[in-house]
Order: sequence, then C-alpha cells, then structure tokens
Amino acid sequence: MFGFITGRRAPQLSKAERFAVATQLQLTWWRFRRHKLAMISGVVVLLFYGLAIAADFLATTDPHATDARTSYIAPQPIHFFDEDGAFRPYVNGLKGVRDPKTFKLIYTIDPNRRTYLQFFAPGYRYSFLGIETDIHLIGLKNPQRGDGIYILGTDLLGRDLWSRLMVATRVSLTIGLIGVSISLFLGVLLGGVSAIYGGVVDTVIQRVIEVVRSMPTIPLWLGLAAALPNSWSVMQIYFAITIIISLLAWTDLARVVRGKFLSLREEDFVMAAELAGASQGRIIFRHMLPSFASHIIAAVSLALPAMIISETSLSFLGLGLRPPAISWGILLQDAQSIQTLALAPWLLASAVPVILVILAFNFLGDGLRDAADPYG
Amino acid sequence: MIAFLLRRLALGVMTIWLISVLSFVIIQLPPGDFVDAYIAQLASSGSSVSAEEAQAMRLQYGLGQPFYVQYGKWISRVVVGDFGESMEWRRPVTQVIGDRLWLTLLLSLGALIVTWTLALPIGIYSAVRQYSVADYIFTLVGFIGIAVPNFLMALIIMYFAFKFFGASVGGLFSAEFAMAPWSWAKAWDLAKHLPLPAVILALGGTAQLIRIMRANLLDELRRPYVVTARAKGLSETRVILKYPVRAALNPFASNIAYLFPYLVSGSIIISIVLGLPTVGPLLVKSLVAQDMFLAGTIVLLLGVLTVVGTFISDLVLMWVDPRLRHQMD
Amino acid sequence: MAEPILSVRNLQTQFAAQEGVVHAVDGVDFDVFEGRTLGVVGESGCGKSVTARSILGIVESPGRVVGGQILLRPAKGGAPIDLLTLSPKAMRDIRGPEIALVFQEPMASFSQYYTIGNQITEAIRLHMGMDANAARARAIDLLDMVGVPQPSRRVDEYPFQLSGGLRQRVMIAMALACDPRVLIADEPTTALDVTTQAQILDLLRELQQKRGLAIILITHDMGVIAEMAHDVAVMYLGRAVETGPVGEIFSSPKHPYTRALLRSIPTVLAKPRTRLPTIAGSIPHPFNRPTGCPYHPRCSEIITGLCETAEPPAVGEASREVRCFLHGGRP
Repeated sequence: MFGFITGRRAPQLSKAERFAVATQLQLTWWRFRRHKLAMISGVVVLLFYGLAIAADFLATTDPHATDARTSYIAPQPIHFFDEDGAFRPYVNGLKGVRDPKTFKLIYTIDPNRRTYLQFFAPGYRYSFLGIETDIHLIGLKNPQRGDGIYILGTDLLGRDLWSRLMVATRVSLTIGLIGVSISLFLGVLLGGVSAIYGGVVDTVIQRVIEVVRSMPTIPLWLGLAAALPNSWSVMQIYFAITIIISLLAWTDLARVVRGKFLSLREEDFVMAAELAGASQGRIIFRHMLPSFASHIIAAVSLALPAMIISETSLSFLGLGLRPPAISWGILLQDAQSIQTLALAPWLLASAVPVILVILAFNFLGDGLRDAADPYG
Repeated sequence: MIAFLLRRLALGVMTIWLISVLSFVIIQLPPGDFVDAYIAQLASSGSSVSAEEAQAMRLQYGLGQPFYVQYGKWISRVVVGDFGESMEWRRPVTQVIGDRLWLTLLLSLGALIVTWTLALPIGIYSAVRQYSVADYIFTLVGFIGIAVPNFLMALIIMYFAFKFFGASVGGLFSAEFAMAPWSWAKAWDLAKHLPLPAVILALGGTAQLIRIMRANLLDELRRPYVVTARAKGLSETRVILKYPVRAALNPFASNIAYLFPYLVSGSIIISIVLGLPTVGPLLVKSLVAQDMFLAGTIVLLLGVLTVVGTFISDLVLMWVDPRLRHQMD
Repeated sequence: MAEPILSVRNLQTQFAAQEGVVHAVDGVDFDVFEGRTLGVVGESGCGKSVTARSILGIVESPGRVVGGQILLRPAKGGAPIDLLTLSPKAMRDIRGPEIALVFQEPMASFSQYYTIGNQITEAIRLHMGMDANAARARAIDLLDMVGVPQPSRRVDEYPFQLSGGLRQRVMIAMALACDPRVLIADEPTTALDVTTQAQILDLLRELQQKRGLAIILITHDMGVIAEMAHDVAVMYLGRAVETGPVGEIFSSPKHPYTRALLRSIPTVLAKPRTRLPTIAGSIPHPFNRPTGCPYHPRCSEIITGLCETAEPPAVGEASREVRCFLHGGRP
C-alpha cells in the first residue's frame, strides 16, 4: 500500500502485511512452529505412524509363530561391532538346555555363540502396500534350526515381543485414527446441526451430550464389547470395537464445533458474506470451516490419545480385541500379573510406546490448541 | 434456582433411564435368550432344569414378547430391589455384589478428595508463579499423569514395589480382615489400604484439574476486579486467595460432574490390576462368563451412582456460585 | 497557589515484552491540588491508565516503574514522601486511606462472588480498624451518600443484581470507604449512558466540594474535561505534551496535538454537512516509537529537519507547560 503511494512496487510483502493476509491455517502453522516441544512431538507421532506402515518390514520374526521351547527368553541385545571394531552386527545365539527337574528342553542365551545378522534379509512372507514380499530390515544370515533374534525377548508362548510390538503399534494406532474419524464425523455433524438449527434440535442434542458425558464409560464399553459374538472374525471385532469406542467419544468434538460455530456466526465476515448473498452452504464451507479447522485439528489430536487409551484398556481387560489379534492392550494383558512380571519383566516394554505416543499426542494437541488462536 | 435444580434433576432421571435401557440391552445382547444360557450354565455344572421350569422362567421374564415389554417387566422388578439371580453364583445379584458397590464408591470418593487436595494448591501455585521452575516441573509431571493410563500406572507401581520392596501392594484389606465381618479394626485396616489405590486412581484427573485450575486462574488474575482489590490496599496473598481463586473455583466445582464418572470408570480397571474387592473384577468376570443379570445390574448401579454424584456436584456448584442462586430473583 | 497534594515528576514506566521494551509512561509531570480536578486526556494507549496504576504502585508484571518521583504531601504536614521509595507494606497503607481508584468497568471491577457490602467493608476493617458491625454501618452510610436507594438492603446484594449506574455509585462508595485525599477516576463514565454519565459526574463534583477531594480524572473525552477539570494534562505516547488550567487549554491551546483534539469535538455550531475533523494517522505501534518529537509523523505543523531528530523539552512556567518547538526550546 505504501509502496504504491511512493510510486514503486513492493517487491515483497512486509512482515505485518504477510501476517494480515495469511489464512487461519497458515497463522496456526507459523505459531505452532515456535512451539518446540509440540514440533518434536509431531515428529514423534509421524515416526510412529511410519513405523505402523512399515510394521512387517521392521519385524524380525513371524509375530504369530509360537514355540514352547523359546518361552520367556530374555531380550537379546544386538551387538553392532565385533572385538576388532568391524561393523558386523550379531546377536548371541541360543542353546538348548534340559531342565534338571522336568527334563524339558528349554533355550537360553549362549554368550559363546554368535549369530550374524544381515540387512534386508528374507523372513516370513507378508504383503506391503499390495506387494507380496519376504524382505525384512534385519534378519539372520544363514539361519539354522533354533536360531532367532529376540530383541525384546519372548512371551510365554515363545513369540517374539519386538515383532509383536511392531504389529501391535499398527493395530492400536489405526484404531485410534479410524475411531477419531467416526467421532469427528458425528461431532461435526451433530455439533454443526445443533448450532445451525438451534431451538429444539439444539436443546435435544445438548441434553444427549450431557447425558452421555455423565455416564461411566468403561462399564458401558465393557458391557457392549463383551456382547460381541465369539464367532466374529478378527476384522469384525476390530471394527465393532472401534465403533463402540467412538460412539462415546464424539461429545467433546461436538461441543468444540458447536461453540466455534456459534461464536463465528456473530463475526463480521460471516455477516458480510450473508449480506453479499452467499448461500448457507457456501458460508459454512468457504468462510466458517476454514477458520475453525485449526481448532478441530487441535481437538482431534487431543481426542486421539483418549481413543488409544480406551482400546488399550478394553483389550487389556480381555474385552477388546481378542487373540490372535495383536494390539498394545493385548500385549500388556500378558503383563497383568505380578508373578509373570517377576519372571519376565521385559513384557512391560509394551508400555513404553503407549506412554510415548500418548504423551506426544498430548503435547502436539496442546501446541496446536495454543496455535489455533493466532490473534489471541 | 429451583428451575436450575429441577432441570438438573430431570436430566439425572433421563440419564438413569437411558443407562437402564443400555443395561438391559447388555443383558439381552448375547445370542439366544438368557434362559437358554441359564440352562446351559446349569447343565455344565451338573444340574438340570425341567422343560416346565424353563417355560415358567420364560413367562416370568416375558421372553418372546417385544423388547419394551421385557424391559418393563425387568425394570418393574428392579425398582423394588429385585435384580434377578446370578447364574454363575446361583445367588441373588444383590448378595453377590454385597459390600463391593460401597467399596467402589469409597475408592472413587477417596480419589476425588486426593484429586482436590493435590490439584487446588498446585494449580494455584502454578498460575501465580507462572513459568517458575516448580511450574515447569508440575506441568511435566501433569503431562505424565495425563499420558499414562491409570491401569499402566498401577501396573508399573506394582512392579517397582515388588522389585524394590518385595512387597505386594494391592487389595483393600489385610488377609485376616478380608472375610471378617465389619468392625472398627477392619475399617482401620481399610483406611490404611485405601490411600495407595486412591492416589493411583486420582493421578490422571489431578493432572487435568491442575491444568484447568492453572488456566482459569491465569485468566482471572488479569481481570479488573483483581486491580480493584489491590487498589484497596489488601495484601497480595489476600487479594489472590479471596478474589481470583474464588472465581477459578467455580469451573473446578462444575468439573466434578465429569470427574466422578471418570473416576468410577477408572476404579474398575485399576481394581483388576491391584486386586481390589470392588465391583470392577466382578463386572469383568461376569461379562466374560456371560452372567448377564449380574453384569447388567453392576452397569446400572454404577450408572446410578454416577448420576447421584453428578447431582450432588450440581448442588455444590449452586452453593458456590451466587449467580446461580439468584437466577430467580 | 497552595502546595500540591500530589506531584508526579518525570514518571517512567516500562513494559518488558519479548519484542522489546515499551515505554508506556515516559517522563510525565503534573501536580494535583486539594479540592481541584486534574483532567488527564489522550487517545487510547497513550499511557493514561498506566500512569494511574503507577501512582498506586499496582502496575502489573511485566510492567515496572523505572524512574521519577511520586510525591505525596502527608496529611499532618511535613516534607512530601516519595511513594516509589516506600516498602510494599507501607504502600498498602497508602492505597485506600490516601489514594483511591475508581475504574471504567463497574461490572468487571467487582467480584461477582461477594456481596457489595463485603467488598466495601473489607477495606474499612483493614485500614480503619473497625469491627464488622461498625464497618457495615459505615458501608451503608457510604452507599447512602453516593445516592444508592435503600442502602441497608442493597448492601447485601451482589454486583450483578445492580444496574450499571448503581454499580458505578457503589464503586465510588468503595473508593471513598477509607476517606482518601486523592481519588483517581479512570474513565469513570465511559461504560455508562449519557444521563447516568452526567449523574456520576455531578456526584463526583459534589463529593469534591464536600470533602475537598483532589481528583485525577482520566478520560479520552474532551467534553468531560471541559465540564469537570480545573487543570488539564494532555498526554501523547507516554508523555504530557501540554499542561495548564482548563480555560487556557481550551481558549489558547499551544501544542498541535491539543489543537487537533479540540477540533475533533463535535459541536452544534459547526456547519451542517461538514466532516468532523480527525487527527491524521493513528498512534504508532509502541515498538515503533518515532524518533524526535513522538507526534511528528501526524503533525501538520512539522518543522522538517528538527522535529524528526530532536525531542522538544518542556517550556513555560510550571503551571503552563508545553513540549513543542513551535513554542521554543530549539537547540
């Protein structure tokens, strides 16, 4: 503007002008970038979702393969260099010992044996983005009978915890994502309807929200989840659980949407659009939605960890996903009794990604929520 | 004020009604009618039911009739205190539940008290000394409290207690009192066992409440009435405690309504990890065994408990907020 | 003229923000006399309210009074004391019994959780050592004095039960609770409608006559100044650019800013269908404080080459000062 007056064209917008013409999402993003912890958390979340996509590639052993002889093997750390400092990753091999009392053959780690590892090694077959393959990030070089890599140890049935954890991450993270999508759909729909129509519709929806919020959720989830027939497939149960969880979690999103809708309706720019004769649909999608998209993103990233906790809790109690499905809750179920933990404390390792992801989502959501009010 | 109370009461009744329908749905959900399930259950334990007996039961529960008739028959017995019989225990549901409901309530209330006594002072401190070292520490601990699901917290604490002290934490009673009838000694034993699970249960809610309190108080501290109070020459402590804190307490009180269901929910899951004799383990066991009357009753009773808790919190809210009290003037 | 009851000398208050330091009050001088009203006038953001808070020592963090003197003449006589040198404890005894404050927003300035009686008696009991009953009786008297009807019933009501005008009366009663000698009224009528505004101003004038109150009236409204003030301080960007008796300020304003302010008052004598003159431009952003005379970018009488580089000093006698090179002080 001043550039025009003095007769020369402004080559670039000044900082203040850039600020003035930026969209809400741009503003949110600029502000968010300044929030270090939230940025780091965002990266952590992305890494976890990357890990979920590549779960099978990162797994080393078939997560479903059981072997009574490899029951409760302690974690085998990977050694990357041998004595002379050469990069030759290996793990200590296993040796079969007969239990002096029961005469059962059990495996323990043999510090004198070495099994060398190779990258992009063949292993169990899986399909990745539609491609059938058997390549895994790490695997054994020339595996022999009884050899194995158990980075995080094994469970009672001799299954490799690391590989199970990879697959569990995929399951638990996607349940969260799908559940949040359903909640978001319900929340935006009901919150929006409530705000747009007002009157009786609004009152009814608001009362329903209050009622749902004042119910103890876990007993209800448990009751509904327990009623799922045993005959259902893993997939069917997966979707049923997702729906049950999201059915009781949409209320917060609906409240955010309604509140934002109502306050935006009073704004001058919405009034201006109305006076200019824009249709209601255009006002909502073109003018209002963009200005609270960032609020919705923030609310979603705070709702996601709650979803993940719900699934984990249900499965932990044996009423969510059921074996042979693998999720964080199912893995933690194995760690339920103190006797087991005393014997195989590494089973608690499954708690680490749960806590990390939830923490990251919370920081992320917090940062986004702060950033969503760029002028505030 | 009366209008507010009536509205909340109506809402509570509606919630209870909805929960009762949901409870009945849960009872109904397993495939086949529950008389079939009952007969199968009895058969597996070696006794049998005659065809006439089965028919009589079907009639009594209105099976085969539309859902609302069955619901009507069930709810009319529930209101007079007849919750049916547990199939697994072969005793009336009320007997099976026994003290467990009150212990659940006690645990949740204990956690509520812990939540308040921790969150209130910490929240005030964090707001007044915003960005101080202690504020950062509380924020960090708070985030961990929010991020770690309480069953995991229970599991981890149990593991470390076992590893470092060799002690098994858990239970609400010592062995010698578990089965004993109530006495002062037993109550004292309970009082000694209650704090740890109550604290574990309270952690998540406390963390959230600290953040709410901090945010509210930060808002209130900027209001003009705080300047007014300062301009009167009051001491800073007095200014903060009498004015902004009082205002920030309001959302605090209205938060109980949502905190209480959350605590009741949480008590179920940590009871299972810590082996507490609340309704939690019983509910999961009955659901797994498809002992539906027991499960449905527990869901219903927990729901009612929550609604009553919420209503009480509304009364508290009204008591602390003069604007609500004078709405009718 | 008598000794001033309160003298502000070269007051400086700064706010340390992330982007830099804001000089909210940057060398303000004025005197307040017993039984007289000093009108402090200026656009929003010129540092009027911060000046009021600085006097009472209640500037909020990250703001801080960094320099100057606030001299209060003790009631029993003797040398003036500099409020900036007092301990926090001693300063608390000034707030209320010596200097009191009335705010712009009567609704927001009361807590909604206590009755007005509670909020008035609090200060009485603290500073005057009265017991609960005596303080209550005094609160009722005060309410009566400021014209609140049925004071013995109103005393137990909450602020949200009162109308805006009543609330402002209660606010004044609260400020007068401990018989202060100086009353700072920060835009006391901005939130009120015109009739109520006139009533509140009448009340302030009446109280001043009865008690000899010294009033500092902060406002952006030249009309209020004309009606109420004896002396005027015109503020611009944290500085008093012109001070003087109200008659002289209105009849012969010296500073271009004062003149611009006076021109922008609507008047019935103006020709119909003419635009109301406004001041060109807007107050600069606090971080982009202009060099030289802070008013030069908006000034129509700018002396090019001088006003952009040098800051005009205050010229004239103590009761009639102006900071503008048009009136002297050229280097």
